[in-house]
Amino acid sequence: MTVTPIDPFASSPWRRSTPGDQAVLVEDLTKRFDSVMALDGIDFAVPPGSVFGLLGPNGAGKTTVIRILTTILRPDGGHAEVLGIDVARDPAAVRHVIGLAGQYAAVDPNLTGQENLRLIGRLAQMAGRDLRARSAELLDRFDLAGAADRPVRTYSGGMRRRLDVAAALVTRPPVLFLDEPTTGLDLQSRGELWQMIRELVAEGTTVLLTTQYLEEADRLAQRIAVVDHGRVIANDTPAALKAHLGSTVIELGMGEEARAARALELLAASLPARPEREAATLRLVSQDGARVLIGVLRSLDDHDLTPATLAVREPSLDDVFLSLTGRRAEDAAGDGHQPQEGAQ
Amino acid sequence: MTTTAPTLAGAEPRRGRADPFGAVRDSLAIAGRGLIALRRVPKLLIFSTIQPVMFLLLFRYVFGGVVSTSLIGVPYVDFLLPGVFVQTSVFGAIGAAIGLATDLQTGLLERFRSLPMAGSAVLAGRTVADLARNVFVVALMVVIGFAVGFRVHTGPLPFLGGMLLVLLFAYSMSWVFATVGLLVGDPETAQAAAFPVMAPLVFASSVFVPVSSMPGWLQGFAEHQPVSVTASAVRALSLGGPTASYVWQSLAWAAGIIAVFAPLAVWRYRRV
Repeated sequence: MTVTPIDPFASSPWRRSTPGDQAVLVEDLTKRFDSVMALDGIDFAVPPGSVFGLLGPNGAGKTTVIRILTTILRPDGGHAEVLGIDVARDPAAVRHVIGLAGQYAAVDPNLTGQENLRLIGRLAQMAGRDLRARSAELLDRFDLAGAADRPVRTYSGGMRRRLDVAAALVTRPPVLFLDEPTTGLDLQSRGELWQMIRELVAEGTTVLLTTQYLEEADRLAQRIAVVDHGRVIANDTPAALKAHLGSTVIELGMGEEARAARALELLAASLPARPEREAATLRLVSQDGARVLIGVLRSLDDHDLTPATLAVREPSLDDVFLSLTGRRAEDAAGDGHQPQEGAQ
Repeated sequence: MTTTAPTLAGAEPRRGRADPFGAVRDSLAIAGRGLIALRRVPKLLIFSTIQPVMFLLLFRYVFGGVVSTSLIGVPYVDFLLPGVFVQTSVFGAIGAAIGLATDLQTGLLERFRSLPMAGSAVLAGRTVADLARNVFVVALMVVIGFAVGFRVHTGPLPFLGGMLLVLLFAYSMSWVFATVGLLVGDPETAQAAAFPVMAPLVFASSVFVPVSSMPGWLQGFAEHQPVSVTASAVRALSLGGPTASYVWQSLAWAAGIIAVFAPLAVWRYRRV
C-alpha cells in the first residue's frame, strides 16, 4: 500500500506552501494557560512519510502541540500547518487529513470494537461500503477481529489502545498524531504497537508522536525534538542525540559524599568527560561503556574507593535532560490537558 | 493498494459547516451511539427508572394522606401524577451532564473535535438519545400511574398533548445539564453540580403540593418557574380547567431554555 503525498485542499485560500513541503510545520508557536507559558515559541518540521518524536517530561508542552495541530486548541501566536493547511485559519480542512490517538483510549466502552470504528467513519462521512471494508481490515490488522463484536468494556488495556489507534486510521489520514501511544501498555503490547507504527510509515503515513521514553523515540523516529518548558531544546536524529550523550550510563554509589568527592577528582583526571556528582552518587556517560567501566573500577579499587553500588544502563530521558540542560527532567504543570484517569 | 485522498475536488463542501444535512446525519450517528449504550447496559435504564418510580410510590402513599382533597379539588393521585411526569424528566436530564462529562474525561470529545463533523452534532445527538429514553421512562410512569389509581379527567388527546409537553420540557433541560456537564468535566462533579440546579426547580414547585400551601415569599418563584408552569399545564390537560395560559408559558420556557443553553453548550463544547 503506497500513499502519495496528498493534497486535497490545493484550492484552500489559506494554503501557502507547495506540495512536497513538510507534512507538519510549526513556527514560533505560543500558548498560554493563565499564567503558565505552555508553549514558548516552538519550531519544528516533519518531512512527509517520516516519524517525528516529541520527547519531554509531563508538562513540557507536548500534548499542547498535538492539541493545536489537531485543531482542538487554538494557538495564541505563531504558525502551524498540516500538509500546508493553516490549523488556525482553516481547521475544518485540517480535520480531513489527520488522525488522532490521544493519551487515553478514546473509545466508547459500551459499543463493540466494530461499532466504534464505524461510528468514527460515519462521522467522517465515509461511504457505507468503504467503511465496512475499512473497519474489517483494521480490526484484522490490529488483531481485534475475534473481539470485533464484543463491547469494548470487556477489552484489555492493550486491546483498547490498539482499537484507539485503529479508530485514528479509519479515514486513512495521511498525517497521524499519536500522543504517548504506549503509556500504560505492557512490554509486549508496546512492541506490537511500535511494529504497527513502522508498517504505517512504510506505507507513506507521516507520524508525529510524543513520548516520555527516549527508547521509544529512538526506535521509531527519524528525528527527535526534545521539549522542555514549552521550548525545543534539541532537534536532531536519534543517532546524533545519543552520540552527543553517550550510549551507556554508569552510576557508582560511593556510600558517602566525601568518598564520592575524592572519587570524582580521581576520575576527572583520567576520563575525557568529567563525571556528574549528586550527593554520594557519581554518574558518567560513555560511548565505550565496557572499557570505561573496567578502567574506572580498577582505578577506584587501587585507591581504596571501591563503589558500594554499581548500575550500568541505557540513557533515559533524564540523562538527555541532564546532558542538555544540566538539570533533571521534571514534571511541570500547565500542559493544558485535564487529568484524565481511568480510561485504561 | 494505492490510497488517494478521500475525494479531491469538493471535499470541503461535502463536509462543510454549511451542510445542514451533514449536521443531522452526524447527530443521528451520535444518538445511535447513545441508544446502543442504553440497550447494551440495561442497568442504566433500570436505575434511571427506579428513582422516579420510588418518588411516585412514596408521594402517592406516604404524603398522599395529608394533602386534603378539599384543598386541590381532586384526588391527590390525580394531582400528583402530572407533576411526577415533569419531575421524572428533570431528573432524567441529569444523564446528559454525567454522559458528556464522562466523554470529556475519557478523551472521546477530543477525538470528535478532531473529526470533520458538525460541532453541534455531539450535543444534539446526545440530547436526542436522552429524548428517546425519556419517551420510554414517561410511558412507564404513565402505566404505573394508572396502576396506582391515576385517572385522566379530560380525554386521550389532551393527555397526549400533556405528555408531549413533558418531553419537550425534558429536552430543554437536557441542554441545561449538557452545559453543566461540559463546564465541570468529570462525572462525579457533574452529578453533584446537577443537584443544586435541579432541587429548587423540582421541590419549590407545584409538583408535589399546591403552591398556595407555601409561604408567601416562595410563592412568586414557585408559581412561575418552568417546572411548576409545565406541571400546571400537564395537570390542566389531564384534569380539565383553563389550559391555554399554562401551556403557552411552558412552551415559552422550553423554547427560551433551548435558545439560551443550546448555543451556550455548543460554545463550551468547542472550547473544552
